[in-house]
Amino acid sequence: MARQMTGAKMVVQALKDQGVDTVFGYPGGAVLPIYDEIFQQNDIKHVLVRHEQGAIHAAEGYARSTGKPGVALVTSGPGATNAVTGLTDALLDSIPIIVLSGQVPTFMIGTDGFQEADTVGITRPCTKHNWLVQDTDDLSRLMHAAFHVATTGRPGPVLVDIPKDVQFATGTYHPKPKSSDFRYQPPLKADTEELTELVAALEVAKRPVFYTGGGVINSGPAASQLLRELVEATGAPITSTLMGLGAYPASGEKWLGMLGMHGLYEANMAMHDCDLMINIGARFDDRITGRTDAFSPNSRKAHIDIDPSSINKVIHVDFPIVGDVAHVLEDMLRIWKARGRKMNREALAKWWQKIDGWREVKCLTYKNSDKIIKPQYALERLEALTKDHDRYITTEVGQHQMWAAQFLGFEDPNRWMTSGGLGTMGYGFPASIGVQMAHPDALVINVAGEASWLMNMQEMGTAVQYRLPVKQFILNNERLGMVRQWQQLLHGERYSSSWSEALPDFVKLAEAFGAKGIQCSDPADLDDAIMEMLNYDGPVIFDCLVEKHENCFPMIPSGKAHNEMLLGDASTEGAIEAGGAVLV
Amino acid sequence: MNALKIKKGSNSHSAYNLRSTFSDVIEQHTLAVVVDNEAGVLARVIGLFSGRGYNIESLTVAEVDHTGKRSRITIVTRGTPQVIEQIKAQLGRIIPVHQVNDLTVEGPSVERELALIKVEGAGDHRVEALRLADIFRAKVVDSTLTSFVFELTGTPDKIDAFAELMRPLGLVELARTGVAALSRGDS
Repeated sequence: MARQMTGAKMVVQALKDQGVDTVFGYPGGAVLPIYDEIFQQNDIKHVLVRHEQGAIHAAEGYARSTGKPGVALVTSGPGATNAVTGLTDALLDSIPIIVLSGQVPTFMIGTDGFQEADTVGITRPCTKHNWLVQDTDDLSRLMHAAFHVATTGRPGPVLVDIPKDVQFATGTYHPKPKSSDFRYQPPLKADTEELTELVAALEVAKRPVFYTGGGVINSGPAASQLLRELVEATGAPITSTLMGLGAYPASGEKWLGMLGMHGLYEANMAMHDCDLMINIGARFDDRITGRTDAFSPNSRKAHIDIDPSSINKVIHVDFPIVGDVAHVLEDMLRIWKARGRKMNREALAKWWQKIDGWREVKCLTYKNSDKIIKPQYALERLEALTKDHDRYITTEVGQHQMWAAQFLGFEDPNRWMTSGGLGTMGYGFPASIGVQMAHPDALVINVAGEASWLMNMQEMGTAVQYRLPVKQFILNNERLGMVRQWQQLLHGERYSSSWSEALPDFVKLAEAFGAKGIQCSDPADLDDAIMEMLNYDGPVIFDCLVEKHENCFPMIPSGKAHNEMLLGDASTEGAIEAGGAVLV
Repeated sequence: MNALKIKKGSNSHSAYNLRSTFSDVIEQHTLAVVVDNEAGVLARVIGLFSGRGYNIESLTVAEVDHTGKRSRITIVTRGTPQVIEQIKAQLGRIIPVHQVNDLTVEGPSVERELALIKVEGAGDHRVEALRLADIFRAKVVDSTLTSFVFELTGTPDKIDAFAELMRPLGLVELARTGVAALSRGDS
């Protein structure tokens, strides 16, 4: 039942039909008709951010924590160009978001009009797909297509650029079609024969390891459930990328911890020494593989991914399997059970002995202090005091992000929002706002470094305006910690531009915005200070003054293999012996 | 704190070490890509090649199905087998792409290119150009007392060979369409 309405009304109607309840945005000349429609309804909440980058990251946080697509609305020109970093971030981390941008009227396109930019041209390489809507009659169809493309197959960001005259004009509204009506239908199920070959390899493997990633989380809660069942039933160890934390519970006994450049020793050693690696929804990112020609040299490798272009892109695999994680795991389990639930239990027991030896290295050990707060200690305390809460964690990018991944435990998917692929400093704060909008009663903490946090600090205004009790847990070392670490290790301790000389007083800053500020510098006060943060019903900036020169370990140094990890001064002496040749 | 053992002045400070362990034999492939004829679709394809550092040797594009709004893009590209596979997979990800066919590996195919070649000259050169054009079955599509424009259809190699022969005879301008290709046989 097609109806006539204006383009602006169609935008709001399509959002409603798609089940959208929250839009993050910032108005401007080219989107005024849409804002006018938003004003005249109550179904969709609009969250006014303070910078368009914040809107995109907030939409990402919303999407990542709910499994539903996030939506952002920005104006033309600078509104759209400010969205570019967020779009690229969502593309690299496969986050489904829909960004609606205003555009100058169609008859002005190409005249360098006020706030005109070639938005579809600029965002073509940083979106999964984008459209410039030329006719109001096409608008509703393209809006629905945007949701379909963003959420189908490998998810990603989609942008719809809507000229102002298209918003004003009246046209025919087409209701939401069935998902099966669209041509774009990436296959979900993998080939049974190929899966059977993989199951046969798993049955005889002596040293198998599951290496999982963000694809498990994107595939939905069923995928995480099936993954847990598969791991428990087969008894094989499991590690995960930064993006995949929470798909398998951190408290699970088969859990090796995160792998990669700052991953755990036992996880990286297991990857290096395994004889069968089953990659589920990860993409052999360079932070994971280290040196590719020395990457897990003696293993056969399987790669389960919904995107065929991920397979054999970086690492050649023996079992390429294209499909959706949940569908593939379901079939894999079924085949494995039907073939008699076989595993090489004897070899697996020996493999676990070896892994237990690596675990004894206790690679996350650090030298604590009673005078100054170590960042690792701060996170250990944060974990202890919040793990029983209904908790969501976002992060910025840098040392604090790696420590958060190492020291916080995630029991469920969609609880951990971080910028993995693009490594966007400034992601975490607006993402925490998006998460809190989706989960008003949950505890949302952004673990931040002071430098990253300052990149989108203007969003304090958003947090206060919407009374979002987001906790900004800033590990303040007055340094760009990860940059400083690399300069120390790789650039002769020449600390070029890696410290901040004029940091704000974060407590006063919080108060200036109408929020609460807490500063803590003494390890003895830390628990009380964290409790004060948790008990305050409103946004908090927690300025945690930490050791300025702490390095993040373990670390796979540049151009090294997984078994050449640097444990640094993190290990005890005995552990260094046990680690053998792994130290530089 | 141990600094990493990296020689002073060394440039190997990057964490990226993506030296490929795959075959480094360079192959040439002809890809046929059927796309929706919508705004920006060619930019998507070209942007993919420039953005990911792939080569384009030749590219032709035109609408082939007006009612279905489909265009066919024929791309000749070069790369290692792994790069060629990546190109095909990456093309397949583009939303308006319907189909990607590698004509080089999917059985026999025919490839043709059309060229217009302007040759200026007088006397023996003019006679020789005409004689060679006859051998190559090039057509004269324009003529003045001092010039010819030849139309030649054939494989890129044939056009290369003809152009080389025309060079000393007064070749002044060359326009080529790029390769169009179809698989042989039915379907």
